[in-house]
Parts: sequence; C-alpha cells; structure tokens
Amino acid sequence: MEQKFLKNFKEILEVEDRDLSLEDNFREYPEWDSLANLSVIAMIDDEFGVVIDNNEFKKINTLGELFEAINLRTTK
Amino acid sequence: MLNLFSLSEKKILITGASSGIGKATAILASKNDASIIIQARNEERLESCFSELNSDKLNAKIIGDLSNESDLDDIVDKSPNLDGIVLNAGIVKLAPISFIKKGDLDLLFEVNIKSSILLIQKLLKSKKINKGCSIVFVSSIASQKVTIGNSVYAATKGAINSFTKALALELSPKKIRVNAILPGFVQTNILGTEQNEEDLKKHLNNYPLGRFGEVDDIAYLIQYLLSNESSWMTGNLIPIDGGFSIK
Repeated sequence: MEQKFLKNFKEILEVEDRDLSLEDNFREYPEWDSLANLSVIAMIDDEFGVVIDNNEFKKINTLGELFEAINLRTTK
Repeated sequence: MLNLFSLSEKKILITGASSGIGKATAILASKNDASIIIQARNEERLESCFSELNSDKLNAKIIGDLSNESDLDDIVDKSPNLDGIVLNAGIVKLAPISFIKKGDLDLLFEVNIKSSILLIQKLLKSKKINKGCSIVFVSSIASQKVTIGNSVYAATKGAINSFTKALALELSPKKIRVNAILPGFVQTNILGTEQNEEDLKKHLNNYPLGRFGEVDDIAYLIQYLLSNESSWMTGNLIPIDGGFSIK
C-alpha cells in the first residue's frame, strides 16, 4: 500500500524518476502548488476511498503523516 | 419620498431559497411587498426561510429536488402566474480536471443549468410567466475569471450566461426580461468544509474593496432587476464582485 501511495503521489507531481521518502515535507517540494494540493486530496479519495477535508489536510506536512492518515481510516 | 424598486403586487419564484443568496433575496423581496414562492430540497431550512417572510402576503413553499423532473412538474403546478423568477439553486464541487468524476459532472450540470432550462420551459408551456416578467439567473464571476479546481462549476455558470442571452432574445417580444448576475465570493455555506480560513485570508487580497460579499449585497441587485426600474435591461450579464474582476 505504501508503494501504491508513493507511486500515485509521484504521478501527480510528475516526479516518477525521483525517490521520495516518508520523512519528506512534501510542501517543500518545488513542484508543490495548489493544483497538486487538490489533486492529492482527490487521488486519496479515488485510490483509497478516504476523504480528507482541506482543513485537516493543511495540518499534514510529511508524506509519512499523510500515509498514516490514510492508514488510520482504511484499517478501521 | 420616492418609492423606487418596489415589488408590490409581484409574485416571485425563488429556487434554492433555504439559505445564502436565495434566502436573503426571498426575505428582501418579501419586505418590499412581493408574494414569494420559495423552493429548496431541505424542508427544515426552507421552513426557517418561510417563517421570515411577510405573512400579510400570500406566500408558498415547495420542497423539491431540481435534479428530479417530476419535482420540476410539481413546482410548475404549485406556482401561480409569475412576475419574477430567480434561478439561484446551485452546487459546487472542487476537483482538478484529471479527477473529475462523471457523476459529479452530471450532477453539477443537472442542478446548476439543466434544471433551470427545463423549469423555464415548463413554466412557459403552462403559460405561468406573465408579460413583463423579470427572470434573474444567479451565475458567478467564476464563469469569467477561473480558479484552479473549479472548472466544472465555472463551465455550468458559463452555460447559464449563454442561455440567459438566448432566452432574453426569444422572450423579448413578450417583454419578458432575462438577466444574469455574476457574484464574486460571498460567504455562504455553498463550499461547506472545503472553506479554510487561511485560504480565505489569502483570497481576500484579490478583492480591492477589502471584503467579501454579503448575501444582502447580492439581494439588492436582484431586487433592482426584479423591479420595474430595470425595464430596459435584458440579456445582460452583471458582475457584482467588490472589484475582483478588475484585479
């Protein structure tokens, strides 16, 4: 699932050739912008069936935190 | 004192009247002596709007879902002959273009434009639109100044703008006027949880007058368009946006 998450995340930012780590603060990526923001929220809904609203998403900074937020809801 | 913009003796139908711009318009028009017919999906909220209308007038409320054709027929059946129609019902769904779902696409077009076209058609066929009636579409400045993630909503509002002009042309022999207003950001619940204080603060920088719209700002313009004082206006698209579109 972690691989699927990272693969989809890379696709959105179009950085398929780069290694991303769960430690990364994705908001600091040069490719991060408002379109990426909306796209990631939509991707998580589409691929994992998890709805994270914009207010909650604002508080998440690293890929690990985001993955954890998805995990918490899919394992319930 | 001049008694301008009166809606006295007018019967006015307002869709999406349970909250926001629709509700404010219903209450304002009611205070200005119109009889009001309000429509919305949510019974409880529609009732709360209805209870604020001037009870000296004959008002009506119709619960119905505009995306359902039999509900449209019901609205037409329950409507008297109309002197004003405000097509205000609308929904928003934010998604980048790559993630638009067909279901959302269909729903937004259904509620934001198709239902209004069908409702007007049905009212015309039933001869419930009086000569001299004023029809007001609540479009959006989003139809002209686009933002990321809002493409489908913008497209539905663009469709409203075009339809407004076509309808105005076809109804002009009957002196029925049709105009659309294009509000900028008004603080209502249309965005639900997608509103975020930090984003709103940033967005406020795009508004030269330094504030977002209030529902009454929009209702005043609608009242003008419903009144006889606007009788030389038809087929016009009127931005009302605190200067958003000049920046």
